[in-house]
Amino acid sequence: MSEQAVIKYIKTPLTEETVKGLHAGDVVRISGPIYTARDAAHKRLTEALARGEKLPLDLTDNVIYYVGPSPTKPGEVVGSAGPTTSGRMDKYTPTLIEQGMRGMIGKGLRSQEVIDACVKHGAVYFVAIGGAAAVISQSIKGEEMIAYEDLGPEAIRRYEVEDFPAIVCIDTEGNDFYKEGIAKYSKEK
Amino acid sequence: MREINVSEVTKTVSKLCMDSCYYLPEELLAKFKNAAAEEESPLGREILGTIIENAELAKRKAVPICQDTGLTVVFMEIGQDVHFVGGDLYTAIHAGVADGYVNGYLRKSSVDDPLFIRKNTNDNTPAIIHTTIVPGDKVKITVCPKGCGSENMGAMKMLKPADGVEGVIKFVVDTVRSAGPNPCPPVTVGVGIGGNMEKAALLAKYSLTRKVGEHNANPQYAELEAKLLELVNKTGVGPSGLGGSTTAVAVNIEYAPTHIGGLPVAVNLNCHAARRAEAEI
Repeated sequence: MSEQAVIKYIKTPLTEETVKGLHAGDVVRISGPIYTARDAAHKRLTEALARGEKLPLDLTDNVIYYVGPSPTKPGEVVGSAGPTTSGRMDKYTPTLIEQGMRGMIGKGLRSQEVIDACVKHGAVYFVAIGGAAAVISQSIKGEEMIAYEDLGPEAIRRYEVEDFPAIVCIDTEGNDFYKEGIAKYSKEK
Repeated sequence: MREINVSEVTKTVSKLCMDSCYYLPEELLAKFKNAAAEEESPLGREILGTIIENAELAKRKAVPICQDTGLTVVFMEIGQDVHFVGGDLYTAIHAGVADGYVNGYLRKSSVDDPLFIRKNTNDNTPAIIHTTIVPGDKVKITVCPKGCGSENMGAMKMLKPADGVEGVIKFVVDTVRSAGPNPCPPVTVGVGIGGNMEKAALLAKYSLTRKVGEHNANPQYAELEAKLLELVNKTGVGPSGLGGSTTAVAVNIEYAPTHIGGLPVAVNLNCHAARRAEAEI
């Protein structure tokens, strides 16, 4: 992260070229379609793959946002929709990256297996500011139900986002900005 | 003897659920504004700015600060001269939670069975209720919804008396450091010391009902709070865990007598969206 934040504007679906040009610590604004999924949806997606079934969405070059929004108030596009803790998806993530998933948005630490899959297949992990759900919702301009509607807040939705604010945390070289950022400011011996 | 109809409890709890999820406590918002001026990391300052903007936007629009509106924890101090009429008290509290979450557009995050079924109850009930009986004829209700991003990062340890103050410090700081970004820092660190296993855990949670900026009345514990805050902020975790000097805005300790052979310690981390609302009936 440079001292004067240069913002990179990127479009989804992501190309391999776009993700290779992103580095841990880059401040980005994401525009285009992204898909929501959290614990229960990940479980169903990987179970469907294990049974050899076709997924209800094509993951190729797409971005999954780990979120379970609050209900939409009348007059709003979506409810509050900030990131949930990504680590709970770690078990399922390498499988989805193998399917072509190019990006993830969440918050919190990832496992080494996820980092390795990002390097091997060219994927990135973005973090959004946890708890800044009302602000983040402002960048969500449209919402469409895609699959698993019975899961309520955990269903898969497609969001059309405009300048969604995030930071590149894990890049395709395996750098982890959490480690770098914390090491930089640690005053522990 | 003062009679209180439980319908009043339902109404109050419903309002507190909504208020706590929409409106960040003022003293906490003021704390973030100070922290934004002092934070060493430029990105950290930006993140604190976003957190402040988010709290102000949520208030203006009356929408949840965070989409994870949590499990609903309800603390109730009941005056012993109160007689509840018109129904069962706990049923009335759960009804208030259901009303607040359904009509307040709050997310329902409660599942009925933790291991096998995990079916959403669809109204965020049951609440987790802690009641204490106190002198008087009033009822004080504090509602503090809390999400799992931070709740999952709590820890409990049965230390040995020989571990002493140093042992407590190490356990608290280790817990915050290893939680890293997951509990959405800047956190409030709730610490319960003493009692037994369940007492320490409850004290840690109860300490989070305290206003940020208030300290333990016992000077030795107040001093330990200050020392822990300083040490926690040296970890470098920072806002959102992306590095910085503002990892926590407060450390709150509650303590209780314990056994000659024990030193239980529990740490409960609260995210920056430290929701709390209270009312007196």
